[in-house]
Amino acid sequence: MQYLISVIHDQAGLATPEEHAAIDVFNDRLQAEGHWVFAGGLASPNTATVIDNRGEEALVTDGPFIESKEYLGGFWVIEAPDLDVALKLAADGSKSCNRRVEVRPFQ
Amino acid sequence: MNRVDVREAVTRVHHEEWARVVASLTRRFGDLDIAEEAAAEAFATAVERWPAEGVPPNPGAWLTTTANRKAIDRIRRENKRDDKQKEARMVYDDDPPEPLGAIDDDRLRLIFICCHPALAMQARVALTLRMVGGLTVPEIARAFLVRETTLEQRITRAKAKIKAARIPYRVPAAEDLPARVTGVLAVLYLVFNEGYLATSPDTDPVRHDLTAEAIRLTRLIRALMPDDGEVAGLLALMLLTEARRTARVSASGELVTLDEQDRGAWDAALVAEGHRLVRERLAAAAAGVAPGRYQILAAINAVHTSARDVRDTDWSQVVALYDQLVSLDPSPIIALNRAIAVAELDGPEVALAAVDRLEDKLAGYHPYHATRADLLRRLGQSQQSRAAYDKAIELAGNTAETAYLTRRRDQLR
Repeated sequence: MQYLISVIHDQAGLATPEEHAAIDVFNDRLQAEGHWVFAGGLASPNTATVIDNRGEEALVTDGPFIESKEYLGGFWVIEAPDLDVALKLAADGSKSCNRRVEVRPFQ
Repeated sequence: MNRVDVREAVTRVHHEEWARVVASLTRRFGDLDIAEEAAAEAFATAVERWPAEGVPPNPGAWLTTTANRKAIDRIRRENKRDDKQKEARMVYDDDPPEPLGAIDDDRLRLIFICCHPALAMQARVALTLRMVGGLTVPEIARAFLVRETTLEQRITRAKAKIKAARIPYRVPAAEDLPARVTGVLAVLYLVFNEGYLATSPDTDPVRHDLTAEAIRLTRLIRALMPDDGEVAGLLALMLLTEARRTARVSASGELVTLDEQDRGAWDAALVAEGHRLVRERLAAAAAGVAPGRYQILAAINAVHTSARDVRDTDWSQVVALYDQLVSLDPSPIIALNRAIAVAELDGPEVALAAVDRLEDKLAGYHPYHATRADLLRRLGQSQQSRAAYDKAIELAGNTAETAYLTRRRDQLR
């Protein structure tokens, strides 16, 4: 079973070097314990571009699709047998990146 | 057997066997929805057939077998791709008799899944009353004054989350157990409290159905986890509170405070049972096991219920227990209750000073204003007391409590 752990970013500035170091340790553990699927940190939302190609031609807009104080700062995709295991890993992930996280199962 | 006897037998079996049937079906089919529906159908079949055929010698086994068939029927009917695998398992799993231990574990699993911290508190309450307590959706909706459709949605959404997010059907690991048990007890305490002092003016002030259900479920958990001190503590707390229930509302529907209650009307059997549990926990505490909040609250209630007359209450003991509680839980509500005991020990002036310090946090909490009103009344500050009663009456929802506060206010000179 795979879960998405989204990092909720609600402060100015991206991860500090200390946070990066803690995240690396957590990532190593995910790999060693077989939970690792994929992970990444995202650049700030004002680097985002929105594309809408549902019509005749692709419409390109600058900026994130939703303006908010909280945004997706990064994510992990993990493999876990059930939500209890996923929540424990997410708790450690939250500690490592020093931010709130959201856990959501894949379909 | 006549119809009344059969109906009573069905009610009794429903109380005794519902959780067991739902729990064993959940384990077998891995799906709360199927388990709930099949269990409900099996009980409906019992209601239909037992009057004519008689109550079977082993009603629990009869219900489990019937529910299993209903579940298999449903899965076959739906015949979805995803269920093929389950069906294959069912064909070969010829309903082996379960050893008692495993079945009891199933009920614990059921309790833990219904009270999982990833579910909203309201959903936990609804799910626990439905799945473990066997209350119907209309019964739970009535108890919490929500529309049946709202409650149904709450339960459906919770079941869907359990399935989609794969909340596991198991007893938590030893290291997680204390926190998870605390979560389960919080659900039961909430149900009990809503029964003991209903928060809405639209229901009876004391809801015996809810207090009884909370006690029944806590007894079940106590039977399943006899060594857990907090489970014993919560059960004792509920029993010692429930023991005073009939003395708590007057014939005219007014709340009767602890100091004015007819102590002879307390339920002596419940008091004795509560005291036994508290003594058991005191022995454990003497052996070095630190008591949790429910055990301390139970001990406070044991002090109250040990006094034949309110004047015999050992208030220094009550305050000492509150001190212990404050160190565990520094919430302003605990501090307020401590101040009420302090008023008896050190006088209303000292208590009022402590209560006034809580204004920031408790301005919207009616017991804060009711406590202040009472302390101000005792200090002869009628005008301020009246204002505090007004505020308390405005915020209180319980009819018996409103009636009590109104009389007290109107007695002020």
